[in-house]
Amino acid sequence: MAVRFDEVQVGTELPAQSFPVTRAALVQYAGASGDFNPIHWNEKFALEVGLPDVIAHGMFTMAEAARVVTDWVGDPAAVVEYGVRFTKPVVVPNDGVGAVIEVTGKVAALLDDNRVRVDLVATSAGQKVLGMSRAVVQLG
Amino acid sequence: MPLDPSFIGRTYPPTAPYEVGREKIREFAAAIGDANPAYTDAEAAKSLGHPDVIAPPTFPFMLSFQAAAQVVNDPELGLDYSRVVHGDQKFVYSRPARAGDRLSVTISIDAIKSLAGNDVLTVRGEVHDTSGEHVVTSIMTLVARAADEAGEE
Repeated sequence: MAVRFDEVQVGTELPAQSFPVTRAALVQYAGASGDFNPIHWNEKFALEVGLPDVIAHGMFTMAEAARVVTDWVGDPAAVVEYGVRFTKPVVVPNDGVGAVIEVTGKVAALLDDNRVRVDLVATSAGQKVLGMSRAVVQLG
Repeated sequence: MPLDPSFIGRTYPPTAPYEVGREKIREFAAAIGDANPAYTDAEAAKSLGHPDVIAPPTFPFMLSFQAAAQVVNDPELGLDYSRVVHGDQKFVYSRPARAGDRLSVTISIDAIKSLAGNDVLTVRGEVHDTSGEHVVTSIMTLVARAADEAGEE
């Protein structure tokens, strides 16, 4: 069920999603991605380097935010460009609950060749965790 | 001490090919909690026009970051990795990475800037299949914080 270019306009909202992040998820992501930086799993280390607690991998947050786009278009290959700025860390406490990354997106510009630019907003605990989060998406 | 700007434009040798495996893609998709069938079901991927399962958009970062170790560990550049944070990340895709790909990364230093005492390094990784086909460009900005500001934010 592909999204068609003529179905969208500037301002079209993508379905928003909330992504829970637990310590266990960070350990799993560390293993899958090979990024074993201890700031993502070792509270003692994180505090020693001045962080408030263990923080999520920036690339984990970037991957979650992308899902708002790929779930919308269906075929992940429709994403032809994707960029973010890591503005604030997602702090993940060891309280059995963890954190939540909330992501919204909307069509910000109509481009040539049935492409659109989608601007994403990702927040956690009320803080904007990604800035300049943009994807160029090929529609049908 | 600021980084030497003469490193701008330096290109490092291509990395040894990384073979993208179906099960690695499955493991990565599970780790990001993404149930899109294009990542795990070859038939679903084929119905979208792909020859095999494809990898999520951020999957190629693993390769480009490993390849960027050439820059991070370059003794001539002298980057203090303990002070480095990932500032920005961008991907420009020709196509998704997919199972069976053998991917090599060529790393270049596009920019070195000094902003408020921090060194800001723009590192570009061009990811090609062994046939020479371009798959994705991964552009990462690495920020080496000034020593006395480490840990703020």
